[in-house]
Amino acid sequence: MSNNITPEEIIKNGTLVFEKTKLMTDAHLSYCPGCGHGVAHRITMEVLEEMGVGDQAIGIAPVGCSVLAYDFMNIDMQQAAHGRAPAVATGIKRLYPDKFVFTYQGDGDLAAIGTNETIHACNRGENIVIIFINNGIYGMTGGQMAPTTLGGMKSSTSPYGRDLGMTGHPIKITEMMATLPGVCYATRQAVHKPGLVRKAKKAIRKAFENQKDKKGLSIVEIVSNCNSGWKMSPVKSNEWLEENMLPVFPLGDIKG
Amino acid sequence: MKELKLMKGNEAFAEAVIREGVDAYFGYPITPQSEVIEYLMLEEPHKRTGMVVLQAESEIGAIHMVYGAAGAGKKAVTSSSSPGISLKQEGISYLAGSELPCVMLNVVRGGPGLGTIQPSQADYFQTVKGGGHGDYKLIVLAPASVQEMADFVEDGFELAFKYRNPVMILSDGLIGQMMEKVYLKPQKPRLTDEEIREKYGNWATIGHKPSERNIITSLELKSERQEKHNQKLQAKYRKVEKNEVRFEKINCENADYLLVAYGSSARICQKTIQLGKEKGINIGLLRPITLWPFPSEEINKMADNVKGILSVELSTGQMVEDVKLAVNGKVPVEHYGRFGGMIHSPDEVLEALEEKFIK
Ligand SMILES: Cc1ncc(C[n+]2csc(CCOP(=O)(O)OP(=O)(O)O)c2C)c(N)n1
Ligand code: SF4
Ligand SMILES: [Mg+2]
Repeated sequence: MSNNITPEEIIKNGTLVFEKTKLMTDAHLSYCPGCGHGVAHRITMEVLEEMGVGDQAIGIAPVGCSVLAYDFMNIDMQQAAHGRAPAVATGIKRLYPDKFVFTYQGDGDLAAIGTNETIHACNRGENIVIIFINNGIYGMTGGQMAPTTLGGMKSSTSPYGRDLGMTGHPIKITEMMATLPGVCYATRQAVHKPGLVRKAKKAIRKAFENQKDKKGLSIVEIVSNCNSGWKMSPVKSNEWLEENMLPVFPLGDIKG
Repeated sequence: MKELKLMKGNEAFAEAVIREGVDAYFGYPITPQSEVIEYLMLEEPHKRTGMVVLQAESEIGAIHMVYGAAGAGKKAVTSSSSPGISLKQEGISYLAGSELPCVMLNVVRGGPGLGTIQPSQADYFQTVKGGGHGDYKLIVLAPASVQEMADFVEDGFELAFKYRNPVMILSDGLIGQMMEKVYLKPQKPRLTDEEIREKYGNWATIGHKPSERNIITSLELKSERQEKHNQKLQAKYRKVEKNEVRFEKINCENADYLLVAYGSSARICQKTIQLGKEKGINIGLLRPITLWPFPSEEINKMADNVKGILSVELSTGQMVEDVKLAVNGKVPVEHYGRFGGMIHSPDEVLEALEEKFIK
């Protein structure tokens, strides 16, 4: 193949095999190399693009590493206070019931400070999608313990390992939400392997289809890595995730 | 056609919210303002205008629902009383930082802590001086009658959208609970997306193509840009200070002493003026209608012609600080007021005035 072939020529020849979704901007991702946030962003935007609803979607960015999600997701977005995204989404969705409204939240955001907003949005069956990135740690603030941190796991606020007797157990909030009638779909996915990325994307698609069909709230948990917070290389963190996170947070549909 | 009714302040506010064509109310019950959400639930405004009324899980939930709705360009309202307003401060700071319009009502009760459910004006600092984090200002309207509880809904939204700024109606348990006659305005239709865009500009997040997308945020990680954002807010606040000061003057011509009071305290002070006349003491009353922007200039001017100024508040003395700043030492400024849910009588105010300035 000639070296000076242009993108147009490639496309004309029908050889295009992959294109970045137009619903991701060209901004450089602020995430650490190897972090799952970027993949989760991309598949969420791909789903909206494939459904043809990008211009009818409103996303809510949390406080956490993905606070700048609106720099990368090329759609209308609001930035919410720490943990309040489900309430913000409620305010929008109640007024625009036919638009596609979703929150994108970390485990500290959703399962600690925002537990109340999460439970009650779920219980009211708000017709929204929650994308929940569980990396077992507070990534943004430098790797403090989260409610999802595993027993014995070291973090900057559990430097000798999480003491379950003193600080409680890793909270399985998606299972808890699945008990509520307002939740139509609760699933746990991962994005550290290509096959899992495809599955996670399918789950996100199903969640937005539920919203389209006005079925209620869908929560898609994505067990993800935080190589910086966990203080591991990206490869090592993915191995660690498999060996340690998944036994506590098993993958698969929990409801719906 | 205007309609005349006898209503509680809280109910008049709720009815005015429906008639304003408000899109959504989010709230959480607390005395002495639960009538607002109760009235709205009973009235079923979704049948009248399509307005959404939702009881939130907490005041925090309610204010962030307002944030979402306001960010989508809609007219959103919340109401609460002091402890609930404390919880809302996080969201209020975000609304101010993201420059979102909304109207909030605080029917103040006595504090601190759980305090009392009786009327108070002890939330002046919280409302006028910040309350939440960061350098921001709320436009603050202080109703002194049931009529104003209704009228300030429309005025509030005009200001909120004109400046893209949250507006607080700072009332109290007395104005919220008392019944008076009130003229109600005719029903306004709720605005369509197109009307909102035409009237207020295209900034709302309601779903757009990537090239036209909107973002609502208060975050700016680069300090230079955050400083710029703050400068922009400050420039806006200076404009509000220049254009939107409102006050009422009663019996101020030839007054020897001036009372400065807002809300229910201003109502009480009107009687004090009469009692003063009977005793040959000429008292005027300046009632700030906007607590921010504060009528500083007017008070400063009036200080040239009086012997003393008494700030009369249902608190241990909060607004008095702004009165002193306005007067800047020209004449003595004192504070008087009952607090903790107690309400001063017109006689007590007169006694205090005599004690502080005349005896
Ligand atoms: C009210 C408030 N409290 C605390 C913080 C500080 N803070 C920012 S992000 C964060 C934790 C985020 O963790 P998580 O939600 O798990 O997201 P991650 O960064 O791991 O993706 C905290 C505590 C804040 N911004 N606001
Ligand atoms: S700190 Fe952790 S969660 Fe945040 S971007 Fe880096 S790897 Fe991802
Ligand atoms: Mg996290």
